[in-house]
Amino acid sequence: MHKRVTFAGFAFPLALLAPQLIITLIFFIWPAGQALYQSVLRQDAFGLRTSFVGLQNFQRLFADPLYLSSFQVTIAFSVAVTFSGLAIALLLAVMADRVIKGANGYKTMLILPYAVAPAIAGVLWWFMFNPSIGILAYMARGLGYSWNHHVNGNDALVLVTIAAVWKQISYNFLFFLAGLQAIPKSLMEAAAIDGASPWKRFWSITFPLLSPTTFFLLVVNVVYAFFDTFGVIHATTSGGPGQATNILVYKVYTDGFVGLNLGSSAAQSVILMGIVIALTTIQFRYIERRVQY
Amino acid sequence: MVENRPWLTFLRHAILVTGVLLVLFPVWVAFVASTHEGGALMRGVMPLWPGDRLVQNYETILSQGMRQAGGVPVALMMFNSLVMALAIAIGKIAISLISAFAVVYFRFPFRMLCFWIIFITLMLPVEVRILPTFEVVANLGMLNSYAGLSIPLIASATATFLFRQFFLTVPDELTEAARMDGATPFQFFKDILLPLSRTNIAAIFVIMFIYGWNQYLWPLLITTDSSYTTIVMGIQRMINVADTQPQWHLAMGTAMLALAPPVIVVVFMQRLFVKGLVETEK
Repeated sequence: MHKRVTFAGFAFPLALLAPQLIITLIFFIWPAGQALYQSVLRQDAFGLRTSFVGLQNFQRLFADPLYLSSFQVTIAFSVAVTFSGLAIALLLAVMADRVIKGANGYKTMLILPYAVAPAIAGVLWWFMFNPSIGILAYMARGLGYSWNHHVNGNDALVLVTIAAVWKQISYNFLFFLAGLQAIPKSLMEAAAIDGASPWKRFWSITFPLLSPTTFFLLVVNVVYAFFDTFGVIHATTSGGPGQATNILVYKVYTDGFVGLNLGSSAAQSVILMGIVIALTTIQFRYIERRVQY
Repeated sequence: MVENRPWLTFLRHAILVTGVLLVLFPVWVAFVASTHEGGALMRGVMPLWPGDRLVQNYETILSQGMRQAGGVPVALMMFNSLVMALAIAIGKIAISLISAFAVVYFRFPFRMLCFWIIFITLMLPVEVRILPTFEVVANLGMLNSYAGLSIPLIASATATFLFRQFFLTVPDELTEAARMDGATPFQFFKDILLPLSRTNIAAIFVIMFIYGWNQYLWPLLITTDSSYTTIVMGIQRMINVADTQPQWHLAMGTAMLALAPPVIVVVFMQRLFVKGLVETEK
């Protein structure tokens, strides 16, 4: 899509683009290039000599059980976050789409967690699950389960998953609600006249018609679970206990900043960039398809 | 409403109320914790009703912070967060508006190349290129400064894209009329395009303010001087104190102060917020 009427000039538009381009080049493209470059180098233990090692950093990573376990944790975590986040939000959106009284009140309350930073969301749940004083840990004890995320890796993973899902429900809810409201009411009425129950109507009309929204949210949620949950982990479990909540973005940070292992951290960055680019491309493909309808 | 079945309506409300309660519960617990004295929280069962120390606790937090965690007053942290959030939101809007204007209203070589370079920023979140970006900022001497906190984050593919989409819907007749009247590109931008984009600017502002306020990893990396601590990253020091139980009543008070500004923005500007959110993702 282009404008028919435009202005003439070359220097002026470039000057307008300059701030954005300069910032992008300095803080995005250059560092990304550096990460690529460093991922094929290795420094010796004292940081004195650097040598070219080809793809060795990558080979080492994929032979490293710690990295592979971090990959597994990330996948388990993002599957759990994505599916529970989507399921809960869809349920609430379907309910909110049909109520007449109080719909706006519910909506306002339900979008509230969107504004809460992931790190703060983590801290709130970390407090409620605190093994000695947390109210939810107390309830779990009442049910005969001794909750302790400082020791038990599963508890820790469940904790960060809940915190991450809690924050993301709002976003999913808003998009599902917008998607639901775009479905023509006449379809529902026709199905109801033909005797389809609400349950049946949902699965044979609403859910299929909602699939573009669901697919979009699927990608967004995976990206969220992979990258935006850094704050949840860092503010609470710090990847522990052991490696139980050490997701990939957190590992890049600890290996690079705490461990100062430049080559390995850069190689991990490159792998993550590959993942983001793949996910974003899928997202754009889908958006293009939808626009063509 | 297709059919009217009272039990179904009841079920819907029941599910929604449960959902709302679950969503609000953590915030309520944090609020209650922030109104008690520290000892009350340690005595076995956590109270579920506010105590009488609200004013006192928040006074301590705002003016002294938490001693175990370096004692940075939370008022200062909130000020830093505010500066950062405003700088990011305004900066993003300003540079996105002018770059979208350039891409849409001019024909020049490498136009699409520029557009794609900007677009790449969308694909490279800070989280995946932490170390090299940190090095760049360090080499530029921008560590521990407001400039370092905000400038590297103000490139925005989403905002540029949104403004581009919007400018494309502005009728060509307006441009023709402006040109016929001898308006320069800058006058056209200032007198016609900007006033037309008001709602979009407000919507983007809400989204970007929240984005800026909630930054965590970035301030963590580039501020070592505690006078530049932002509130969202500062809270992490309060709950990760070594060898002792954190002072939960102060930590939770800080959490409340950290989530209040963005929550207030979302609730009071709900319509703009929803518009901004749904449209930037299209």
